Amino acid sequence: MKLRDTLTVYRKELRDALRDRRTLVSMFLMPAVIMPAILFLFGTVTHQVLKKSRERPPAVAVLGGEDSPAVVAELMAREGLSVEYAPKDWRARIADKRLRAVVEIPGGFAASLAANAPAQVNIYHYEGELQSGFAVGELRRFFTELRERTLAARLEARGLPPGFAKPFNILVENVAPPEKVGGNSFGGFIPYLLILLSFTGVIYPAIDLMAGEKERGTLETLLCSPAARIDLVLGKFLLVLTVSLTTVACSLASMASALLVGGLALLGSGRMTAGLSQLGSSAGGDALPLLDPLGLVGVVVLVLPLTVLFAAAALTISLFARTQKEAQTYLAPLVAIVILPAVAGLLPGVELNATLAVVPVLNVALACKELVSGVWPWAQLALIFGSTCVYAAAALGGCVWMFGRENVLFRT
Amino acid sequence: MIVARNLTKVFRDKKRGEIRAVDDVSFTCEPGKIYGLLGANGAGKTTALRMLATLLSPTSGSATVAGFDVVQQPAKVRASVGFLAASTALYARLTARETIAYFGSLNGLDAECIAKRTAQLSAELDMDEFLDRRVGTFSTGMKQKTSIARTLVHDPDVLILDEPTLGLDVMASRGIVRFVRQCRERGKTVIYSTHIMSEVEKLCDRVGIIHGGRLLAEGTLDELRERHGERDLEEIFVKVAGGEAVA
Repeated sequence: MKLRDTLTVYRKELRDALRDRRTLVSMFLMPAVIMPAILFLFGTVTHQVLKKSRERPPAVAVLGGEDSPAVVAELMAREGLSVEYAPKDWRARIADKRLRAVVEIPGGFAASLAANAPAQVNIYHYEGELQSGFAVGELRRFFTELRERTLAARLEARGLPPGFAKPFNILVENVAPPEKVGGNSFGGFIPYLLILLSFTGVIYPAIDLMAGEKERGTLETLLCSPAARIDLVLGKFLLVLTVSLTTVACSLASMASALLVGGLALLGSGRMTAGLSQLGSSAGGDALPLLDPLGLVGVVVLVLPLTVLFAAAALTISLFARTQKEAQTYLAPLVAIVILPAVAGLLPGVELNATLAVVPVLNVALACKELVSGVWPWAQLALIFGSTCVYAAAALGGCVWMFGRENVLFRT
Repeated sequence: MIVARNLTKVFRDKKRGEIRAVDDVSFTCEPGKIYGLLGANGAGKTTALRMLATLLSPTSGSATVAGFDVVQQPAKVRASVGFLAASTALYARLTARETIAYFGSLNGLDAECIAKRTAQLSAELDMDEFLDRRVGTFSTGMKQKTSIARTLVHDPDVLILDEPTLGLDVMASRGIVRFVRQCRERGKTVIYSTHIMSEVEKLCDRVGIIHGGRLLAEGTLDELRERHGERDLEEIFVKVAGGEAVA
């Protein structure tokens, strides 16, 4: 093995990659521009749709209530709802989205309230439909207020204090630090994203550098040189690793910038404060959920050997394929195989233990979730890092071994 | 010098079983001579040459190239060999200069030596005009010149040329033939595989006719003509390969 030859191959591959439009697109343009643009567009469109939905009062109808005119009049005067009397085909109208909900006020409703008798109001809606959901929420609020006003009047009539029907309050308060809440809430998403990006980052260069070279006939030219096979593999492997890590870095940088810029803009407009205060209230007082910055460094350290594993495995598979198309056929389904354990790490109840610490991908996903919460299970971290390094070394060794097999190199 | 002794290569295929691509082939190729390996497609020429270039290892038999054993000292063999084949392509996104430098570096040359060799080869092959252009934009002739420069950058003692004119137009083919002659004049050991009879007649000092993986006949052109009672090499080839000779 000669470091000089490895670096010669690496430099050549890097130069080649930087001149390849497809590599540049997948390495820089896609993560730094296209993906954030898509996310931004998606976010903006969603925001606009929700805003429009909220600005236009949902159309609801009242069924019955002829003998409770005061309640009906109050409902019709309610802001945030467009109320009419229910037509005969009100069920069909809900299904057609011409009406968002119908509230049925039973006969003698007002009299029942006055007589302290029980009564039931029915709300009919379109399950899962956004506007219908808004309408139900508004109707529910109206009748909850009415119920509370009625209860207060009844208590007052009997000379009882308002707290009579509410003997005690229940206060739920978070005592976990903000970074733990943050880690638990969205910390799992970060390793998932990193794992996915690092894997997708290795696919194209791995295909191009092995199956692509085989197909183009340049691999045979390279094999004629006196450089050792291990140096050729390592040079190519380093390039795949570089592309993958650059893809991850670009994605993270662009997402961080988008969050920062978007966050500041939202804070400026006052929209974010409301949203964050909800999260903050669950994170203890006014504190906002955070991610442990040192934990993020730990995440990067754990993802690094995993990327080595991905790069080596993708190169090996690509080397086995006869053509780029065949390599794509082999590698594309692997995205699902990689995503599954990463998603499993997001599931509630899946906790890191000694057994899961040696399951590739899942172990890193689970450990990263702990790390961003500021929890450092050192023994398990060592096991995860060690086992991932062993898997990565084995994959790289396998790639070098495959590169020495003539029935693979000259497979036709 | 190239010495092949009972060189054999067997491939195992699930469907076709055992295939003896090269079967007990022996020959010697001396410095300053061109050895022509003549055979039809699938005769075993490429496999034999790939074994000499250490891209494939022999199933049995042995070979030495420039004094080095192809199995025991593959890196030294590759350092002494320039291998050019129709299947050895170039990197489209590199310039001709970068291509020569890349293979020069992999052959252990330093930057100064690479620059010197590049200038020398560029002048010899008339490459100055396109030396700094990317290979992807080249004509076939330009690519062939770049391939030759890539093959010769480390000034190898032995040249292994596997159907180097395959797919080339007349002008580019003539360029290759001229280049091979120059190599002989410089005392290089050249082995040249082809199925084009006229190239063998123009170039080769000795000829080996390979068919079905076996070397069926060998000698100088005159020896082969005398032995088989034919003037035309194509007729000799068909006779040797067991086909039907045209009267």
